[in-house]
Amino acid sequence: MNALIKPKQFPLPSSLKVVPGTERAQAAYPYYTQFSAADDERFWFYNSMHFPEPMSAFDMVTAEAAYCALGAVNTRVHCLPTTLGIDHRIINGRVYIGGNSVTDPAEIAIRLEEFKKRAFYYYDNWERLYDQWRAKMLKLIEDAQSLPKPELPELEPLANVHAGRGVASNHILFDTYQKTLEGYFRMWHHHFEFLLLGYGAYMTFFEFCKKAFPEITDQTIARMVAGFDAEIFRPDDELRRLARCAVELGVDKSFQEHASVDEIIASLKQKGEAGREWLKELETSRNPWFNINVGDGFYHYHRAWNDDLSMPFASLSAYVGRLNAGESLHRPIEKLQAERRQIIGDYRELLATDDDRAAYDQMITLAHRVFPYVEGHKFYCEHWYTNLFFNKIRQFGGLLAAHGFFPDAEDAFQLTHYELESAIIDLMNAWSTGSKPRGPEHWPQRVAERRAALAVWAKHATAPALGAVPDVIDDPAIVMLWGITRESLDRWLSADSGPNQDEIRGVAACRGVAEGVARIITTVDQMSRLKKGDILVCQITNPTWAPIFDKIAAAVSDIGGSMSHAAIVAREYGLPAVVGTGNGTTRIKDGQRIRVDGGRGVVTILH
Amino acid sequence: MGPSALVGWFADIGLADRLEVGGKGGSLGELTRAGIAVPPGFVLKTAAFERFIEALENESPVRERVESLEAEDLGAMTDLSARLRARFAATPLPADVSDAIARALEELSNGAAQSSVAVRSSATTEDAADASFAGLQDTYLWVKSVQQAQDRVRSCWGSLYSVESMSYRRKRNFKEKNVAMAVVVQTMVDARTAGVMFTRSPLTGDRSVMTIEGSWGLGSAVVGGEVTPDRWVVAKITGEISVREISTKLIRHVAAAAGGIETVPVPVDLQRAACMSDDEIQCLRAIGRKVERHYGRSQDIEWAVARGSEEILLLQSRPETVWSVKESAPVGRAATDPSSHVLSIFGGRR
Repeated sequence: MNALIKPKQFPLPSSLKVVPGTERAQAAYPYYTQFSAADDERFWFYNSMHFPEPMSAFDMVTAEAAYCALGAVNTRVHCLPTTLGIDHRIINGRVYIGGNSVTDPAEIAIRLEEFKKRAFYYYDNWERLYDQWRAKMLKLIEDAQSLPKPELPELEPLANVHAGRGVASNHILFDTYQKTLEGYFRMWHHHFEFLLLGYGAYMTFFEFCKKAFPEITDQTIARMVAGFDAEIFRPDDELRRLARCAVELGVDKSFQEHASVDEIIASLKQKGEAGREWLKELETSRNPWFNINVGDGFYHYHRAWNDDLSMPFASLSAYVGRLNAGESLHRPIEKLQAERRQIIGDYRELLATDDDRAAYDQMITLAHRVFPYVEGHKFYCEHWYTNLFFNKIRQFGGLLAAHGFFPDAEDAFQLTHYELESAIIDLMNAWSTGSKPRGPEHWPQRVAERRAALAVWAKHATAPALGAVPDVIDDPAIVMLWGITRESLDRWLSADSGPNQDEIRGVAACRGVAEGVARIITTVDQMSRLKKGDILVCQITNPTWAPIFDKIAAAVSDIGGSMSHAAIVAREYGLPAVVGTGNGTTRIKDGQRIRVDGGRGVVTILH
Repeated sequence: MGPSALVGWFADIGLADRLEVGGKGGSLGELTRAGIAVPPGFVLKTAAFERFIEALENESPVRERVESLEAEDLGAMTDLSARLRARFAATPLPADVSDAIARALEELSNGAAQSSVAVRSSATTEDAADASFAGLQDTYLWVKSVQQAQDRVRSCWGSLYSVESMSYRRKRNFKEKNVAMAVVVQTMVDARTAGVMFTRSPLTGDRSVMTIEGSWGLGSAVVGGEVTPDRWVVAKITGEISVREISTKLIRHVAAAAGGIETVPVPVDLQRAACMSDDEIQCLRAIGRKVERHYGRSQDIEWAVARGSEEILLLQSRPETVWSVKESAPVGRAATDPSSHVLSIFGGRR
């Protein structure tokens, strides 16, 4: 077979088969997420950026809520002229997505006029609307926090009876579940309220720079726009602060490397006043800054620092060690800001004409205006809120497990959100009638087969894209959010036939060259395999993996652009990084020595 | 005529003296004054050339004959060039010129053994301030003795009457009486590494990057295209190196024992090694920015690092001419409503 003569086409959706033996688990996903014959006519790509691992039945709520909100904002709220929303399908636990473009010029013209009335209003009133957004988000978080813990007492408490509440605890259960779900869908609407407009304003400046300075690198443009005090950097800043506190209070000896969280806390408690003082500081940092997930927040098992202190404590010990070695952990924000101003001014000076300078000034002003949202929203949405949401579902799981629906509270995540509601109604009914719920006969077998299917699917590589490659990828959402362009698809298609089999190309995210042993990390719990000096190879890196950035020599990812948060954080740490390789995790073998050239965007497999 | 009328040291001259020291000489003086390291040297001014040509004109006309040539008449031009260059070679230097060269060379070597020098043509005309004469006149490298240097000065002068050079002037209708030749005499750099640098991209004209090419040995191998040089693209402002292509460099130019240049193989362990470290690239970038700022326009630079030295020397810097002459249309304009810029992203097929 001649690998060079390949049709410019990925496999059709209909040729992608459910892995034998997992059919029932596949059938659990809602009918509207199953591929149909008509889907062969469209182009789809695997969203490994957001959903790098097979998704359990419940976790698909994230795809559903996110695409529902993204589509509503694009299609009907801001009326993006050339694009509507994004459809999604699930097969073997993998989420494939496809954009809906608007191609009729007359319709584009109508939508364009609407877009100006809507989006331009947002740009003109950005600060006010963003302040309002933050207040909305904090209120939403507060509401979620104040939802009652789901429980069913043997008898309705007397206080409720005397107060004439008029609804019993089983109804409160139902109400809490619906509010939990409603809040999550609402959060995703908030998430997308500004997102595309923010990215679009940034991309406008980005493309101007690429035209004015054809050889400027992506990361230079990112440096001109990125801020240094976004909420997403705060958790790591808090760790630095706590490390300094430990040294100042003289309790730094408690932070021995390899000591467990319990050992460290026990040791601090023996340190009297100073130890108590530090633990008080820890509480201050935890609320809210430890509401940050170790993953992207899209899976129920991406637990937050607050739920598992081992991650922040491991980096705390490392930071204490660095302080004691004489290093300053201070991030020189003012210096970084001055550098940014200098770079912006110097590039401005290089522009050829006054017209260019006037346009540059307007575009960078707009980019700076929108960027606090682009950088900041993730903490509130993907981390803080998502964490509250999954923990609330976990509480329902605990209640159902206690009533014998399945062995473990975590099993609740093997049910879709519809099924979980039905289980809750089942329990609600049983509590009210005094009979036994039916769930314990129904769910355990299904939970077991779905868990088994997830394990099988995780071992099954899936195609990066499906269907015929479109001539142009003209959907600004897909280009901006996933970095998918005609060029990147061509690169994926020719991945196995390039002139140099040992070279993998991606997006230059952070300059620097490093060599080391590749560690393919596809799930969060594999991160402990990384040894000092290893090179992380993953589907997508996450900014909250920052603590391991101290340990690794470089990072390579399948998906991501130079503006992905991973790229921003990699630059912060000066960590060579190549993102958006398409298939680095399958072409590189675990344990191979590789060289990462983050300035050129090239990964070389060394033999 | 006093020696300072004939000889100008780099530190004492600049571009304003172009009519006396030529474009190349003025540029080296200008660089020296701007604090850029160049190999030390002096310029034999156009006055020396005038003294010499005066003697020739007294025998039979030179400039008048050149000016009467038709720009298209290559036959006549070739004929005249041969005759004039023979006359240049046969005519001795005026004694004061000959002495001035010898004394300046002695001062250049500063009491040490005579080091090799480069003898370079540095032509000038009153008729066009920006006439580059690039590549039209001769340069002689590794000139070893005073006698050789004096001979090479006459050769440089004679190269003003090469076919290419005369044709260049005839096409532009320069007045011959306004055309003269100064000669730069400069210590040779026994280069460990040498190359060129453009302070904007030669590929795209991008002003925000510098392109550097370099290889082992003397720069003539790079300039003459005899080796595929290492190549770097470095961001002018941030110093980020976005391209670092290390090629296989099989040969290098070195000074030949008898004078001139010879081509020798590059030792195997150096063939695939970068000829400049990243730190050196950053030094070059700083130098390039300084020169560009000094002149206020993009530069085309030749540089070298001497054996056993860390210092980067500039051999030459001249204005970049390809992109600079292109009128650049603005990439963008201010919009009445700044928000409307985003339509380039959201507005439809681009």
